[in-house]
Amino acid sequence: MKKAIIALEDGTCFEGRAFAGSGEFFGELVFNTSMTGYQEILTDPSYHGQIVTMTYPLIGNYGINEEDVESRGIFAQGLIVSECSRVYSNWRATQSLPYYLEENGKIGIDDVDTRAITLHIRDKGAMKCVVSTEDLDKDSLVAKAKASKGLVGRDLATEVTCENKYVWPEGGKPDASHKVAVIDCGIKLNQLRILDDLGCECTVFPNTTAAEEILATHPDGIFVSNGPGDPSGAPQVTELVGKLIESKIPLFGICFGHQMLSLALGAKSFKLKFGHRGGNQPIQDLRTTKVEIASHNHGFCIDADSINSDIAEVTHINLNDNTVAGIKHKHQPLFCVQYHPEAAPGPHDPFYLFEEFIDLMKENAS
Amino acid sequence: MPKRDDIHHILIIGSGPIVIGQACEFDYSGTQACKALREEGYKVSLINSNPATIMTDPATADRTYIEPITPEAVEKIIIKEKPDALLSTLGGQTALNTSMKLVDQGILEKYGVEMIGATYDAIMRGEERELFKRIMAEADIQTLRSYEVHNLDEARVVAETKLDFPIIIRPSFTLGGTGGGIAADMDELMQIAEGGLQASLTTEVLLEESVFGWKEYEMEVMRDKKDNAIIICAIENMDPMGVHTGDSITVAPAQTLTDREYQILRDASLKVLRVVGVETGGSNVQFCINPKTGQLAIIEMNPRVSRSSALASKATGFPIAKLAAKLAVGYTLDELSNDITQETPACFEPSIDYVVTKIPRFTFEKFPKADSQLGVSMKSVGETMAIGRNFKESFQKAFRSLEIGVDGLDLKAEAKVDETRLDDYLLTTCTERMIAIKMALKKGYSSEKIHEMTFLDPWFIDQILQLIEIETKISEATELEYDLLKLAKKNGFSDDQIGVLRGCSGDDIRALRKGLGIIPVYSLVDTCAGEFAASTPYFYSCYGDLDETRQTDKKSVIVLGSGPNRIGQGIEFDYSCVHTVKALREMGYEAIMVNSNPETVSTDYDTSDKLYFEPLTFEDVMNIYEAENPIGMIVQMGGQTPLNLADRLLEAGVPILGTSPKSIAAAEDREQFRVLLNKLQLKQPESGTARTLDEAKVIAKRIGLPVMIRPSFVLGGRAMMVAYEEDELEPFVNAAFAASPEHPVLIDRFLEHAIEVDIDLICDGKDVYVGGVMEHVEEAGIHSGDSACSIPPYTLSEEIIARIKTACTAMALELNVKGLMNTQIAVKNDEIYIIEVNPRASRTVPYVSKATNVPLANFATQVIMGKTLAELGLVGFEPKLEWFAIKEAVFPFNRFAGVDPILGPEMKSTGEVMGIDKTFELAYWKAQVAAGQVLPTEGSVFISAKDRDKDWIVEIGKEFHDLGFKLVATEGTAQALHNAGLEVTLTHKLAEDGKNVIDLMKDLGV
Repeated sequence: MKKAIIALEDGTCFEGRAFAGSGEFFGELVFNTSMTGYQEILTDPSYHGQIVTMTYPLIGNYGINEEDVESRGIFAQGLIVSECSRVYSNWRATQSLPYYLEENGKIGIDDVDTRAITLHIRDKGAMKCVVSTEDLDKDSLVAKAKASKGLVGRDLATEVTCENKYVWPEGGKPDASHKVAVIDCGIKLNQLRILDDLGCECTVFPNTTAAEEILATHPDGIFVSNGPGDPSGAPQVTELVGKLIESKIPLFGICFGHQMLSLALGAKSFKLKFGHRGGNQPIQDLRTTKVEIASHNHGFCIDADSINSDIAEVTHINLNDNTVAGIKHKHQPLFCVQYHPEAAPGPHDPFYLFEEFIDLMKENAS
Repeated sequence: MPKRDDIHHILIIGSGPIVIGQACEFDYSGTQACKALREEGYKVSLINSNPATIMTDPATADRTYIEPITPEAVEKIIIKEKPDALLSTLGGQTALNTSMKLVDQGILEKYGVEMIGATYDAIMRGEERELFKRIMAEADIQTLRSYEVHNLDEARVVAETKLDFPIIIRPSFTLGGTGGGIAADMDELMQIAEGGLQASLTTEVLLEESVFGWKEYEMEVMRDKKDNAIIICAIENMDPMGVHTGDSITVAPAQTLTDREYQILRDASLKVLRVVGVETGGSNVQFCINPKTGQLAIIEMNPRVSRSSALASKATGFPIAKLAAKLAVGYTLDELSNDITQETPACFEPSIDYVVTKIPRFTFEKFPKADSQLGVSMKSVGETMAIGRNFKESFQKAFRSLEIGVDGLDLKAEAKVDETRLDDYLLTTCTERMIAIKMALKKGYSSEKIHEMTFLDPWFIDQILQLIEIETKISEATELEYDLLKLAKKNGFSDDQIGVLRGCSGDDIRALRKGLGIIPVYSLVDTCAGEFAASTPYFYSCYGDLDETRQTDKKSVIVLGSGPNRIGQGIEFDYSCVHTVKALREMGYEAIMVNSNPETVSTDYDTSDKLYFEPLTFEDVMNIYEAENPIGMIVQMGGQTPLNLADRLLEAGVPILGTSPKSIAAAEDREQFRVLLNKLQLKQPESGTARTLDEAKVIAKRIGLPVMIRPSFVLGGRAMMVAYEEDELEPFVNAAFAASPEHPVLIDRFLEHAIEVDIDLICDGKDVYVGGVMEHVEEAGIHSGDSACSIPPYTLSEEIIARIKTACTAMALELNVKGLMNTQIAVKNDEIYIIEVNPRASRTVPYVSKATNVPLANFATQVIMGKTLAELGLVGFEPKLEWFAIKEAVFPFNRFAGVDPILGPEMKSTGEVMGIDKTFELAYWKAQVAAGQVLPTEGSVFISAKDRDKDWIVEIGKEFHDLGFKLVATEGTAQALHNAGLEVTLTHKLAEDGKNVIDLMKDLGV
């Protein structure tokens, strides 16, 4: 196995070896504290432009299966783990993690102290990095990391949105109770699977589609998906979402979608030091004070003070740092959450939000 | 919503004596609960019969009752204390069952006491199997097919018509699967079911389909009254279904489940809590999964804090018992903070970035006739836990923590397994299975074949295979270079283990390793995988890059704990360690605790200033010493475990605080000790030290039979036996050599029918404080740990007691003891004989402390740190005792079919209880009740004795006769009794044909 260097823009380097792939890969170095779900994480388009460190040290144990994919491929640039299992064991598994990364042209690094990386990011913040098996000169690599683009201000969502609109489930759903227009900013398939299960037929649009074209399909509801990157870097998406809000059609947004809706309502976003990535985050529903454990994956957040209280109210907060985790429009059928009710990976506690969206469409129809 | 203010006074029921399936984890949870509730301003009353607990310390609760845990005793306490509420979920099955009886008998209602933690209905739904099954069916959670039966006929019908063999037998309302088993055919079913029906509180057992070989998982879950529900930890059993989870090697977190499957388990666990109606607190839910299809079924749930929740607390840093107590008084999870981060709320799910392995500790060597095969009834007496950055590291650390003479899954472990019988080991659920798997892999068995034979997940088999590959690399390398040594260390290979592979000593490897700069770092157990800064210093070692130890300006002291519980070394030593740590902290030192036992109070991160959850081996302890640089170590509190390390530590330059290891050795060494006694003009039974069998025979001849034979440097009377006859000598002496190889065997004249006395004292080198003189109820020859004893003595004269004290004082001063010392003395014909001296904390320290209300371990620690007894006010001090405190032992014989319940010099008890009252008789009766012995006041007594005891037994027979008991005896004994003019019924011995004792016991209720 090849030696690999992980070089950070602040000059810190970690040494490991490549268990899959080779070459040079750039991205923002982040960590995820989920103990399971590496396949879903790798295929989540929100990790576009990022290199993910798993804090749980043993990864690959249960292999890769056909079902647990969240998109058309692997979006994370690379995966850093402490120890990648050389065998896999699970009745659903069809291939190994190293093979899967290799096949998708990504890199996998192990034999590094992932806790050391995690604590470094926790203390210094998520930062640009390069992972290389070719150039092993640390100074050169640090310079490359510094010079890389990073993701602040970039419109990554538009890089990962679908090329053409499509219907989910494939071939349509003749008995659908609701028609939902989905704005794809890097959607995880489980959002579509759940909407399907709840009786919706979804038309998924690239996030570059004109509002008129979307509204012309007369959807019962509009859903804005999750996606990668800096929300302030995608002003045309914010603009699109703003026009959709004006339609007063029921709207639901997740993660990046939540950020788009919030920005369209006049709020501001900011970058978190190292983000929230994991499946164990406590979210309090301020309306009931009940806590749900939820899956998180975001590096940016909506500033609570920037929310116009005449228009919107905060419905959910993250109890770890009291950041905004969900808002709702005061006068319109619109709500959105920063976290991931579709789970995959993560707990199913916030599943009820999808049902609330269905209820909202029902109410609006009557 | 904040805490409830309509209740002010809470009664907590403890779990009683340590028995298999219910050990010191409930001292940990009970102590946490008491602390948590008092912190909130509630008055706490407590009942527990186990004196060896921290829970029953005067400082733990407002009112502590060391009384038998029976509904009658609890009722009396309720009348006296008038509590508002009863917390039933923190004292194991004992507390739960007692609470249920209190409700059934209307006692709680009568006195207006509310049951908190779990309601009566929820406990019924969780524990009553038919009801549980029905509820699970309603909730769409699959259960295993099973049928409740109340007698053997019903069992037969179920087996004939409804289930295929093998069939699992699970008695209702029992602990740790007592009386359960797997039956392969009708005969076995009848046999096991009969035992199960007897063991069940409600005379019912469940016959269940077997899912032998399925994957097994445990989920530790908490819920509050607002319905916030969280998973604390998922535990995967390395041993698949078929072995009781308490006897299984288990790993946290789950290793071989995808997120999708994990979330299905999570959803099911939370649903179980909700439908069973556990409104507040922690529960344990067990599942099995078909490894071929993923089909999931629930096995059972416990609506209370359990052994697994103690493990989960230590594995994650999340204090389940403490939180359970706070939830029970009305808090919700979001109102409480995470102790470890202090900034984030307790309402979250711990994420861990290391691997935890628990390995059970068995003591089959104590019960040679017991069936050592594992099954649905728990047989282990303790456990050890280890944390590593990968599975191999934590697995090997856990193995070397077991203290079974292995340094990992190593060659020494392989020597324990008969290589020619590998297939037998693989095909049965035995304790040696993991070792056998390793040996089979080395012999060329494929992983697939081993999976087919053992059902172990292939992932775990590959982990063992990786260990073999590294082992081969180490032994075959021409030179042990940096990369290979680092690889070995990262995978948990100990220095000694590598030394054996390289043909050199562990010290050589240690020197090489340090020369190469390969030293461990210490990482934090922080509940959050590093996402937030942790304030609690709870560490484990690994060979990573980042060291997180924290140095302070305070002078620090390392206290070595006692490792996994086993017979002879259990909670009593943890008690002393905890007191030592507390005393050190009170004196302003930084107290650093090292231990590997997850069940204990000492491994609560709240107990010490710093906790190192590490194996108690020379290597691991030295590494901590070098990282922390303390002023010294205290090794006299944790039993034999730290003492075994003392010499090597001293040699390596570690200052041993308190009594010098040299004095300890002087007391152990027979010859040195004889010289010392001669000097002090003290007597000991005639004795000799033998290095060979022939020497032993000569000595026995010289001093005359009977003789006591014992190995040196062991605890709990391991392999100690009394030889009465010539032909017993050889096997007993050989066994003693085997138990402690390389050490001589000690042979003493055995004093028949002598009174045995135990003494615990503190010595500062100048003065001595005798903490307690304990007179044994059983005669000398029964191991002191198995004997009942009384403080104060109940037959010894003042004069004898004074002489005993004088003798002990002289010995302590002569040995220059600084700290605790225990002495065993036999009294015969007004003569005192010194049997044994141990200059360290003994098993009886907590009992003496509680009986006399003088905290011996605390004072001893102050003496160790330089205070004098005079300064402590203990010179000339004599505690005033207006009561008798009786300690009684509790035995695991119900777990080990085929074992003779006869006591001898080898200790067999797992735990103890204390009875305290104004008279000896009442205190003794209480102790018996607490130990689970219901003393009859009428009926028949069966007497059988060897010929040499027959004179003596006639005396006992007379006493029973005079009390109105009928006598039943075997032939020779009956003759002796008859000759003495007593009326007696004749019966046969077990081996004789016809009606035997067992039949008689059934017929007559002996």
